[in-house]
Amino acid sequence: MLNFLALYNYWVVIVLMMAGLYIMIARHNLVKKLIGLSIFQTSIFYLYISMGKVSGGTAPILIGKISHEKEKAGSATSAAAEQITTVVYSNPLPHVLILTAIVVGVATTAVGLALIVRINEEYGSIEEDDIRAMEQRDPV
Amino acid sequence: MNFFDQVPALQIAVPLIGAPVCVLLRNGRAAWAVTQFCSVICTLLSCMLVAATRDGTVIRYELGSWSAPSGIEYYVDIVNASVLLVVSFISAIVCLYAYRGAEKEIQQDKHYLFYTGWLLCITGLLGIVITGDAFNAFVFLEISSLATYLLISLGPDRNSLTAAFRYLIMGSIGASFILIGVGFLFAATGSLNMADISARIPIADSPRTVLVAFSFLTVGLMIKAAIFPLHAWLANAYHYAPVTVTALLSGTATKVSLYLLLRFFFNVFGIQFSFGQMLLNYVLLPAAIAGFVLMSVVALYQSDLRRMLAYSSVAQIGYIVAGICLVSPLGISAGIVHIINHALIKSALFMATGCIVYRLGHAHIQSLGGMAKQMPITTAAFIASGLSLIGVPLTAGFISKFNLIAAMLEQGWWIGAALILASSLMATLYIGRVVEIMIFRKPRTSTGTLEVNEAPMQMLIPLWLLIALSIVFGIFGNETLSIASAGAERLLTGPLAPALVPESAYLSTGAGQ
Amino acid sequence: MMRKYQRQRHRVLQIVTKLLTPFVLLFALYVQFHGDYGPGGGFQAGVIFAAAFIIHGLIFGVDKTRLVLSPGVIRVLMAFGVLLYALTGVAGMLLGGNFLDYNVLAPSALSGQHWGIFAVELGVGITVTSVMISLFYSFASSRR
Repeated sequence: MLNFLALYNYWVVIVLMMAGLYIMIARHNLVKKLIGLSIFQTSIFYLYISMGKVSGGTAPILIGKISHEKEKAGSATSAAAEQITTVVYSNPLPHVLILTAIVVGVATTAVGLALIVRINEEYGSIEEDDIRAMEQRDPV
Repeated sequence: MNFFDQVPALQIAVPLIGAPVCVLLRNGRAAWAVTQFCSVICTLLSCMLVAATRDGTVIRYELGSWSAPSGIEYYVDIVNASVLLVVSFISAIVCLYAYRGAEKEIQQDKHYLFYTGWLLCITGLLGIVITGDAFNAFVFLEISSLATYLLISLGPDRNSLTAAFRYLIMGSIGASFILIGVGFLFAATGSLNMADISARIPIADSPRTVLVAFSFLTVGLMIKAAIFPLHAWLANAYHYAPVTVTALLSGTATKVSLYLLLRFFFNVFGIQFSFGQMLLNYVLLPAAIAGFVLMSVVALYQSDLRRMLAYSSVAQIGYIVAGICLVSPLGISAGIVHIINHALIKSALFMATGCIVYRLGHAHIQSLGGMAKQMPITTAAFIASGLSLIGVPLTAGFISKFNLIAAMLEQGWWIGAALILASSLMATLYIGRVVEIMIFRKPRTSTGTLEVNEAPMQMLIPLWLLIALSIVFGIFGNETLSIASAGAERLLTGPLAPALVPESAYLSTGAGQ
Repeated sequence: MMRKYQRQRHRVLQIVTKLLTPFVLLFALYVQFHGDYGPGGGFQAGVIFAAAFIIHGLIFGVDKTRLVLSPGVIRVLMAFGVLLYALTGVAGMLLGGNFLDYNVLAPSALSGQHWGIFAVELGVGITVTSVMISLFYSFASSRR
């Protein structure tokens, strides 16, 4: 049971992901579909971020100082350098990746919303049922 | 600076620089010239890469000189060099065609945006193929997808908007699944570099992380490559997009996803895992066979030429996947040959359809009567590329189908071979139906004649260039076959490279710690 | 009468916006140019910079914002940012390194890295700013 709860971050991911997928499948309003897509993508961001977490780790920011002259001379075994190696920090790579994925997600949402605006101009509706009915009446 | 060393980066940098230049020029013609120029340059560059990798050489290019597992690397071998060539060549030819082809379909003031989208799409597609980094592949996938949504939505009637939106939802789900898969791979191996992952992936005891990564990647790539049960987005997108865009996409977008599928399952996960443990061929082969049989039947009942060709595309993707699933040198090389040949054939067919749409304004099959008299060159082009699609000897389609059937028989899959023949027969029927109407049916107009002229030369020349090439590949098939079998060999060797950095050099990842 | 009332109702918001905008812009520039040594960078700075214009558009109306920053300028900036990014990469190639290799941009690798990341982040910042503002323009101006 405790093991079950210890992995709560994955439960959050699963719940969000399924909620997003369900909204995309079950809702007929195009904006709601897009919201579902955003929730779905957000769950992936959580997945990545929680993956990079090292328990007890801090932000991966340099503590202490490195002097470049020392590094060049190859004598970087000072106390400061030692301190750096002992700091536990979270893996920054997933965070960087997810920054990119967030930007991609924003771009997708923007394109989707722009399409919805255009659809609304052309069809006068953003309900999928209405649009489908109109499409079937179209000659093409 | 040694020029050749920089070729892999230039392959991406040229269209990437071309795209903002198009925006700055704000002129349709100038943007077309830039696009054409970039596509031709890309084609030349990928020719150089193919020539350099034919003997099995691997080119590894470190972006920003950051060494491989931490930095992004471009990894070029014969498999992706040939796909790069296909993508950039199709782009160059279709761009030549777009000079006249796009002018009626797309509003004049949007032309420069259209070509910007085109170049971004090509950047993304080339990037997916050339990169050796799993996450970088996802980013390029999204670049190309976003550009594709834009290009599809530029279609002449309002249905193109809904088609683009549905593709956006499906495509984003597919790309997100790929993202999840890459994430789990990262969790399992601590690396994003494909070669590095392939060297350190713990497949022996198949931990659940790897299994989950594998399943998400399978589904995501199946959506993106439009493999049979997950192909729903393709028909609408190909039907309602501007025909020029469809000609571009049918030759490139799905092919690139198929390449990614090959790369992941053969090299990153390894054949042992994908096909030995996970039995991927038991999932994909039935899907592929059902795909090419059912979709050929569906294509028979379409009333619009573009929609018919779209369903036929799904069927052809089925052939490619079927070849890949045999996991034999002959089968995989048949798959790769068909990736190349189908790109040529289907782009040519869509370009011929584009010529018809250019003059008629639509492509209803029933109203194509009298076409042979009014547009003889276009009709001849349609027939020539149709024959290639069916797989008549002396055409490119024959080479790939012959090899596919030979590979099936080699494995003793009599039923599969028979079904390929049956679906070829159906291809004969659906192409034949259109040709019959074009040649023998009287036009359905009040005056009794279709009042249209032949399509402009600027559209016919690129179209016939493609057809000539597909006939050349049909007669001298050994050239493409040798490239494909070299590719198959690369894919069958398994991991891409030995582990680059010892285990201890990695940060440990995983939430359980 | 009604119009005057509405204008007065927004008075507080307008004054606060006028007061805040310079600081928002300044903060964006700080995030941008401090990005190579501390947390920050082009993405964040670009969004903050665009936020200043977006809030201006929300309070004073999009038409007024358009006078400050016309869509044509935005379009040029959008392309310019991407070009700056790509050309920094090409510059690395021309100077004998790989694509996006910053080490060769200056005599020493350290200052080369500094210049490289500066140019690239500036490109990113400009593009993000202009994309955000143009998104706002296109959604705000479509009336239905």
